[in-house]
Amino acid sequence: MTAAFWGLAVVSAASAVAVFVVDSMARATFALLTSLLAVGVAFLLIDLHYLGVLIILMMVMEMLIMAVFMIMFMMNPAGLTPMRMVHNTRIAGLVAGGVFVLLAAGALLTPWPRRRGRPPADPTHALGLSIMGPKMLVMMVIGVAILATMISTVVLATARGRYDPPPDRRTGEGER
Amino acid sequence: MSEAVPYGIVVAFPVALAGFTVVAAVFDSVVGAGWSWRAAGGPLREAARLLVQQRRRTLLPDTLLLRAGVCGLLVAAVLAGVVLPLGERPVADPPVGVVWFNAMEVCVWGAIWLTGWGTNSCYPLVGGYRFVAQGLAYELPHMFALITVGLGAGSLRVGEVVAAQSGLWFVVWMPVAFAVYLVSAAAMAFWGPMDRPVGSDIAGGVRGELSGPDRLVFQVGRYALLVVAAAAAVPFFLGGGAGPVLPAWAWTAIKTAAVLAGLIWAAHRLPAVRMDRFTQVSWLVLIPASLLQLLVVAVVVL
Repeated sequence: MTAAFWGLAVVSAASAVAVFVVDSMARATFALLTSLLAVGVAFLLIDLHYLGVLIILMMVMEMLIMAVFMIMFMMNPAGLTPMRMVHNTRIAGLVAGGVFVLLAAGALLTPWPRRRGRPPADPTHALGLSIMGPKMLVMMVIGVAILATMISTVVLATARGRYDPPPDRRTGEGER
Repeated sequence: MSEAVPYGIVVAFPVALAGFTVVAAVFDSVVGAGWSWRAAGGPLREAARLLVQQRRRTLLPDTLLLRAGVCGLLVAAVLAGVVLPLGERPVADPPVGVVWFNAMEVCVWGAIWLTGWGTNSCYPLVGGYRFVAQGLAYELPHMFALITVGLGAGSLRVGEVVAAQSGLWFVVWMPVAFAVYLVSAAAMAFWGPMDRPVGSDIAGGVRGELSGPDRLVFQVGRYALLVVAAAAAVPFFLGGGAGPVLPAWAWTAIKTAAVLAGLIWAAHRLPAVRMDRFTQVSWLVLIPASLLQLLVVAVVVL
């Protein structure tokens, strides 16, 4: 368990470093994905099964969508010539170093509580209750609302999107 | 997961997956040749040829990403399969097996995109992007079909999903979810009418530049993914290993073979879904249908 955690931690940190070392956008994206997948597997280690698997599922999707957009917008779409993954290094280094010191100090200086009792049977359920608590109903309604918004946005967007329905299937509309 | 997994299952799983993969490839070849059983040896001959074929290299490929993608397809298919019971129990039965199955299917997107990108060639890249778009379009109905199963069973553990069907199979009272599952699973496995990511209109798409062992591993992974997608319909909708007389593993195999044969037959009978219309099919037909099915199941469960 401990060995697995440290193994995942090393993989996660090493591939996070690789994001800035490699010279191709695709490699950077998938290095970041490797790092996040290691975090997802680490969640499985502490029996947060649902959250861990969900992290894996969502991160793969997100990184692919990110890859599509990043490559779409980058100055060298073909990715044939190597490119640097860092720019504005001085300020970025200052900000990153500051955030790292802040987080590390927080992690080391916080008086972590000692474990009382035993872990619950379903840690995901307990975690959800402790985060959302009495606002669970609101959160669930918002979740459904966001989903409905997403679907209707896409439906509206595709109706007049790049690929219009062919003229023979367009009824009730005049000539364009 | 607490109790030890019998060694028999651990040995039987790869054997069963490999066997079904070969059978799927052979049957696909036979149906593709117009039910000519002489084509049955085709896939094996092709495998032998690819094993000894020299790799054709494209200009400046990203070999690391290419290999990761080609092998990742097979790895994701195998990992998706470990939660499916072979008869009584699966290799691993995590409490969220249904979500795990879906997560591994989504990992296939990464594998396919990497394969398309890594070769540094136009048509494979187009195929890779096609598959990401197709995956995004069909993931939501796929997920809703799987959620319907979880809702009907009251659990995301595959074993409990099977147990919940001891009275009535899910396919009987959630037929729409089953249909949506089959369509979207074919899309996730880029199979049948949804095989445009490897379509002939873009010169073979993702696998267009693959040759030698790379192509062999890719093809094996593709058929393995199809087998796993078909096999998953059995515990999710068709009652798992339930059936008279024969033992559970035999029923699982028979049902898997039936779904697999249906998918392969449909691939040769149905016209391809045009890439400019596939989102419409999914978002305007499959998502509303699967949401209504989810509502019906939710009301019944309540």
